[in-house]
Amino acid sequence: MSVVAAALVFLLFVQGGQTLINTLGKTNDEKNMIINSIGRKWEFTFTTLVVFAAGMFASFPLFYSTSFGGAYYAWKIFLICFIIQAVSFEFRRKKGNLLGEKTYEVFLYINGFLGTFLLGAVVSTFFTGSDFIRNEYNLSAWQTELYGLEILFNFTNIALGAAILFLSRTLGALYLINNVDHAPIRQRARKQVGINALIFLAFFLYFLITILLKDGFAYHPETKEVFMEPFKYFNNYMEMPIALLLLLGGVVAVLYGIGIAWFKKSTKGIWFTGPGVFATVLSLFWVLGYNNTCFYPSFDLQSSLTIENASSSHYTLNAMTYISLFVPIVITYIYFTWKAIDKKKITAEDVDENSKHHVY
Amino acid sequence: MNEMIEMSLVNWSRLQFAMTAMIHWLFIPITLGMTYIIAITQTLHVKTGDPHWEKVSKFWAKLFGINFAIGVGTGIILGLEFGTNWSNYSWISGDIFGAPLAAEGIMAFFLESTFITVMFFGWGRVNKKFHLASCYLVAFGASLSAFWILVANAWMNNPVGMEFNPITARHEMVDFWSIVLSPNAINKFLHTITSGFVISAFFVIAISSWYMLKKRNMLLVKRSIIVASIFGLTSSIYLTATGDGSAYEVAQNQPAKLAAMEGLYDGTEGAGLVAFGILNPGKKAGDDIDDFLMKIEIPKLLSFLGYRDFNAFVPGVNDLVYGNQAQGIMSAQDKINEGRLALTALAEYKDAYAKKDSTAMELSLTEFKKHHFYMGYGALQKPDSIIPNVPFIFYSFHIMVILGFAFIGIAALFLFLGLKNDLEKHKWLLHVGIWTFPLTMLASMAGWIVAEVGRQPWTIQGLLATMKSTSNINTNAVILTFWMFLALLLILVFAEVKIMLTTIRKGPDGIEKGGNHA
Repeated sequence: MSVVAAALVFLLFVQGGQTLINTLGKTNDEKNMIINSIGRKWEFTFTTLVVFAAGMFASFPLFYSTSFGGAYYAWKIFLICFIIQAVSFEFRRKKGNLLGEKTYEVFLYINGFLGTFLLGAVVSTFFTGSDFIRNEYNLSAWQTELYGLEILFNFTNIALGAAILFLSRTLGALYLINNVDHAPIRQRARKQVGINALIFLAFFLYFLITILLKDGFAYHPETKEVFMEPFKYFNNYMEMPIALLLLLGGVVAVLYGIGIAWFKKSTKGIWFTGPGVFATVLSLFWVLGYNNTCFYPSFDLQSSLTIENASSSHYTLNAMTYISLFVPIVITYIYFTWKAIDKKKITAEDVDENSKHHVY
Repeated sequence: MNEMIEMSLVNWSRLQFAMTAMIHWLFIPITLGMTYIIAITQTLHVKTGDPHWEKVSKFWAKLFGINFAIGVGTGIILGLEFGTNWSNYSWISGDIFGAPLAAEGIMAFFLESTFITVMFFGWGRVNKKFHLASCYLVAFGASLSAFWILVANAWMNNPVGMEFNPITARHEMVDFWSIVLSPNAINKFLHTITSGFVISAFFVIAISSWYMLKKRNMLLVKRSIIVASIFGLTSSIYLTATGDGSAYEVAQNQPAKLAAMEGLYDGTEGAGLVAFGILNPGKKAGDDIDDFLMKIEIPKLLSFLGYRDFNAFVPGVNDLVYGNQAQGIMSAQDKINEGRLALTALAEYKDAYAKKDSTAMELSLTEFKKHHFYMGYGALQKPDSIIPNVPFIFYSFHIMVILGFAFIGIAALFLFLGLKNDLEKHKWLLHVGIWTFPLTMLASMAGWIVAEVGRQPWTIQGLLATMKSTSNINTNAVILTFWMFLALLLILVFAEVKIMLTTIRKGPDGIEKGGNHA
């Protein structure tokens, strides 16, 4: 699941691109080029999100029931962000679309800003904890009627939400530099890479330092009793050198990709920053779940979820492993298809209203 | 905390799920069959080199694209709604129910979403054969997606391949293949997907009929009608065969649903099939009032269809509620009592487990195993609650069946007159063609009502009551989100329909001339 989550965060460049439509596109043609560029990728992000949710259902049904059934409003708002995205690309420029072109652009903005922010804020609660209890039948109940909106009262959650938002904008700008063959858009996107990367780094460093220094939710490997351990996540990095290497390597790759796009005017930044994001997120999920750590902690400590108590049965996990064997096949055909479609970069011709081709 | 769940929470949660599922299902069946129709017409283009076939494909692909977007948008709601609104169900069944959903994501969604990009954007840009293969892969992906979700749904109707784990208090998978290949799952998949094919065929026929009445796009229309009527006729014939298979499965596993489908109160040997009937509105389980005001019955056919034996006993509502010793049917009250014993034993087991008292654990586990087959019944309050809403299920079932047979005749007429190039002279049939499309949707919705409302009071047949499946949240949260989703989805549905109608009015020539911004 950590691999899917890491891929999902990388693919949020679609959402980031959506928030840059008016910043990078100054004419209608430019806006349409941006929308047609990210519009050909939105389904990958959407599908990865659906697979992440379904995978969590299958692999960690206790997480699925506890988090979705408890942080109810947060997930419902998140859901609305993605429903409106799904129709916006297709409906935006269609005649008779009822709401007008601008409304669908606003939908894309809402998805880009709120969807990424909420995702980050909810994931942050994996480190900061949530207010739920779980009974002896493993049925859970949220302890506040804000049902997930209370996550916004914690600045660490806000910081990760903002970090993911500005990271997605950075990735979006890097992707558009690579995918759109239009000098003014590239020039503006480079500026946005710099601005958004700096804001991202500020929020991310705040989040990272906070979780490394805070007490973490640990459990005893034998008694399974949950307790607060000082510097738990820092200790996890120290005790899991591969995770530490992934974090450091990931951060270097992220910064390198940003650097070459910003200073050297390279179009290849996304191919360094993207994998860097993947490695960094993977390492965060590893320190979250392994080494006797509660991956979905509760303020009522003994209600916390761990990989052991929240996962499916051994048999189901085996079945899921076999199903996962399809993943390399999926990656292979996505690679070749993506390559075939991206062989030609997006230009003004691709958004011509009189084109016989399908355009958004 | 489970004891605190109120019925209003259950009802609002059901209403929210029903609303989102029905709106989702307005679009999905068209997607399921249109992909094949597009692939077939594109194949004819690649084989013959005739550009008119490509025009046919492009036009239907245009409509498919509009429909697909909202289908995707409404689809994500349902998967997450299991977690948000049915979290107790998600925990109790997630070990089994989640796996097909994950398989759907990995095997089908990626296939569909990857190759749909090629299908839409690859026209004239990628090799023709690669493009054609992409059309088929999209069709295959859509069918595969339907397969996995219907495997999950079939398991709710006929839970197999699992056992209850008293330590985790959930059902756990023990045989993946018996879940995937259960006759119920296979039948449900075949029946549902062919219903989608019939709907898609009549979607094409309806739009083509409208053009023909307006004498527009005649070549495209005639070709579309031939392809769609062949597709629709074969699918609707096969639909009746799979319908028989589905009804057989219901008879084996869900006798209360079958009794409701047929309005059968008193079970009998050699039971007849009600071809048409009007139920007595005052009829209740256990009273002496006639069950029908009038009915046309085919003798012994229900016994044969349900049990492949003209003289087999088919239990009615009264047999299932009050029991029938002669037929070995236990009363609902006895099952409720058994269920309560199982739940008490489970509570004792959990208590002993917490105290690490192995003797008490063994004793309570033995007691639990004696009664656990009826564990789900322990949550029910009244014996007659095991019966779903009889009139709702009866009429839904009969509307579905009567319309299903009518579709065969209508598709056959379109094919016959289409092949004779004689359709233009039969304007009445063209009008019928237009109105048949909404009737296919009605029949399909009726089918889902039979399947899902007919399963009540269970989310997992016989094992988990719907009232025990919801999330432990405030009813107001569900009511608030119900209205939010209803408003949003209705706006999007109106937008979709308006775009679709505008695109149809503009027609394929309009699209060709004016680009894709119909």
